[in-house]
Amino acid sequence: MSSTLKITLIALFMIVIGLGLTLYKNLALGFPLLPGVSEDVWTIESKISLKPVRGGAVEVVLALPEPDAGWVSLDDHFASSGFHFSVKEKNGHRHAHWTRETMERATTLFYKTQVYRMQDGGLTDRLVPKLAQPNLTSVNTDVMQKVVERLKKASSTPGEFATLLFEKVNLQQPDQDMSFLLSSYGGVHLDVIMDVLAYAKVPSQLIKGIFLEDGRRRQRIDSLVEIVDGDHWLVFNPKTGHEGLPDNFFIWQRGSESMLDVIGGRNSTLEFALVKNTLPLKSLLFMERQIEEQPLLDFSIYSLPVEQQGIFKGLLLIPVGALVIVLLRILVGLKTSGTFMPILIALAFIQTSLLMGLVIFLTVVGFGLWIRYYLSYLNLLLVARITAVVIVVILLMASLSVVSYKLGFHQALTVTFFPTIILAWTIERMSILWEEEGPNEVLIQGGGSLLAAVLAYLMMSMPLVEHLTFNFPELMISLLGVILLLGKYTGYRLFELYRFRDFGRIE
Amino acid sequence: MKWISPNQLRQLGVLGMNSRNIDYIGRSNSRRLFPLVDDKLKTKKLAEKFGMSVPRLFAVINNQHDIQLLEIQLRGRDKFVIKPAQGSGGKGILVISERDGDRYIKSSGASLKLRDLKHHATNILSGLFSLGGRPDVVMIEDMIVFDPIFSHYSYEGVPDIRVIVYKGYPVMAMLRCSTHESDGKANLHQGAVGVGIDMGTGKSLFAVQNNIKIEKHPNTGFSFDDLIIPGWAHILHLASRCYEMVGLGYFGADIVLDKNKGPMILELNARPGLAIQVANQAGLAKRLRLVDQHVLPAPHDVDERVALSKQLFAKSIANV
Repeated sequence: MSSTLKITLIALFMIVIGLGLTLYKNLALGFPLLPGVSEDVWTIESKISLKPVRGGAVEVVLALPEPDAGWVSLDDHFASSGFHFSVKEKNGHRHAHWTRETMERATTLFYKTQVYRMQDGGLTDRLVPKLAQPNLTSVNTDVMQKVVERLKKASSTPGEFATLLFEKVNLQQPDQDMSFLLSSYGGVHLDVIMDVLAYAKVPSQLIKGIFLEDGRRRQRIDSLVEIVDGDHWLVFNPKTGHEGLPDNFFIWQRGSESMLDVIGGRNSTLEFALVKNTLPLKSLLFMERQIEEQPLLDFSIYSLPVEQQGIFKGLLLIPVGALVIVLLRILVGLKTSGTFMPILIALAFIQTSLLMGLVIFLTVVGFGLWIRYYLSYLNLLLVARITAVVIVVILLMASLSVVSYKLGFHQALTVTFFPTIILAWTIERMSILWEEEGPNEVLIQGGGSLLAAVLAYLMMSMPLVEHLTFNFPELMISLLGVILLLGKYTGYRLFELYRFRDFGRIE
Repeated sequence: MKWISPNQLRQLGVLGMNSRNIDYIGRSNSRRLFPLVDDKLKTKKLAEKFGMSVPRLFAVINNQHDIQLLEIQLRGRDKFVIKPAQGSGGKGILVISERDGDRYIKSSGASLKLRDLKHHATNILSGLFSLGGRPDVVMIEDMIVFDPIFSHYSYEGVPDIRVIVYKGYPVMAMLRCSTHESDGKANLHQGAVGVGIDMGTGKSLFAVQNNIKIEKHPNTGFSFDDLIIPGWAHILHLASRCYEMVGLGYFGADIVLDKNKGPMILELNARPGLAIQVANQAGLAKRLRLVDQHVLPAPHDVDERVALSKQLFAKSIANV
């Protein structure tokens, strides 16, 4: 059997296998092929890490989320390695209890939940909490008195009072009294805020929750402050003083009860890994159920921890980008600088958004080329020269970030998503190309690379592609088959039809 | 501007890049043989062992320290070439054609000091001209005094003859003449003139610059019509014998004609470009298939191969 035939058969076999598995999942298991109308469903994985104390029983209590403001929690999953586990209810609050007689090694406990916002709503009304006088030393009381008086003078409602308070606390250089308070509270702004509010007899409480950002792996719990202003609650972000509930804030708990209690452990931390899935709600619920019932799915990407799922979401897109490059190079004959450089640029575009990405890329490469032009006068050895370019690129990225941040373009901060070394090599290659073949060739190859990157980006950012690669990773087997077939393509490239356009006509 | 259809190209027997890579380079060039041609020093040593004519090498510099010896090595020589062993596309080749006291005069007329030559050698060693920036070695060899017949057809550079050899059979040839536009380089995509050569006689067929047919050299003004390459059979022999030398099934041999020493192998290329088809207005794929049909029965020796090539690809007979 000739090698071409063999490869063709293998490739076809792969394509059939991939498509077959996809169809099976679609038809037999009911996985939707199209993304459809979808909700942003967030998977929140809470990770409690703790270290053992010598001897003694361990008890870990985690307050379970009580979503508010239209957020809904779908289901709970717990992982409790060797711990006795139960969920208890006390005063209408649910708590997860992990207990164990002894613990020798550092341990991690997991709690995973999926949440989405069913409707955009405000906070549900709550009973006004009882005001408790803060415990203050006499010195603190005097200062507190002064601060509160001054704030009260400048404001007419509790809302204004709070706004002013946040402003004062967050000043770069707070006034003398505020500085004193802050230092006597160990610099913890939130404690100062809560005590000042309590002292001023403004009913207030904390809202604990998480700022949802896709792909974050070590998110910590954040707090908002809510106060009663007349007959309604107002929510403030204590760090910025902005009023109102941020859209991406998932409320875990209202009130000042503690979220995590650990007895018999030390150095305990609570961190969250977040992944956003844009999925039809129905199918998400469905998948969750299926994973437990279907052994096939038990070995799928869904069975991984959320943190790794997030990584794979990105990794699974790379073959699609690579396919674009293969098509462009083998079928079209597009010249790019560096074979897979365009994919890396496209991946950066996904983080930065296309337009911003292009601007950043062109700025950095343009400036880099200019500086590299001066470096070439110095006649440095190659490794030193590349290193110099790497450093220049990092400096450029840093200054671009700083300048744009100062000017108020926060998007330009995403410049850090560009792979530094790749940028440096691109600059080096382009610059050599410029010297040897002239600016035309730089335009051809640079333009080719950018075109390839943009096309790869457009493919990779399509919701359908993202849906298919993540939910049907077996399609990659088919993709591999297609790539094998393309690797045996001996026909003409599109550009050759142009290159040889006058062939046989020159006489 | 009209594009050509794949069907037409197929009928003309034009070889495309994908087919070249898979069907010819991939199939008949074993990976382990590539270093023999990618490193010109290796090629040269091999060629000397096989008794082929090559420009004489008189010094090799392997490391930075030995650059001090450059002055001694150059003593008493006024025509020489400094070049990187692994340079590609004619990069880093410095031609000194004259000496004036302590000054070295380039073929273009610019004058250099010994310090400049040392600096150039340092750049070569650090890999400035080699693929991927690999460290390289410096070769210093005799300058080619090209045959006066070519002086009408070249501008600021050495014209060379590229012969594509497949399974030992020379299949297509062109003369590459540098122009002002190509900056003394012989690469067609940089604006050099490619002259298709009739395999049977060594006579010129077409001259093409930037994909357009031309009659005369753009800088010297001489017509290509009267060009006949002397010693054509000898050149084909030389190219064909490289097959036994390196064992590559598909390669391009770059040959120069020295006024005194006749044809010499300049270098070999395991991935020869496709532009030769434009210069000849003939498809390579067609010719390569013809070779495949004739090669099977019994292995031919060099004379038989050259004779068969001349017969198969001469313009008057095959017209392919």
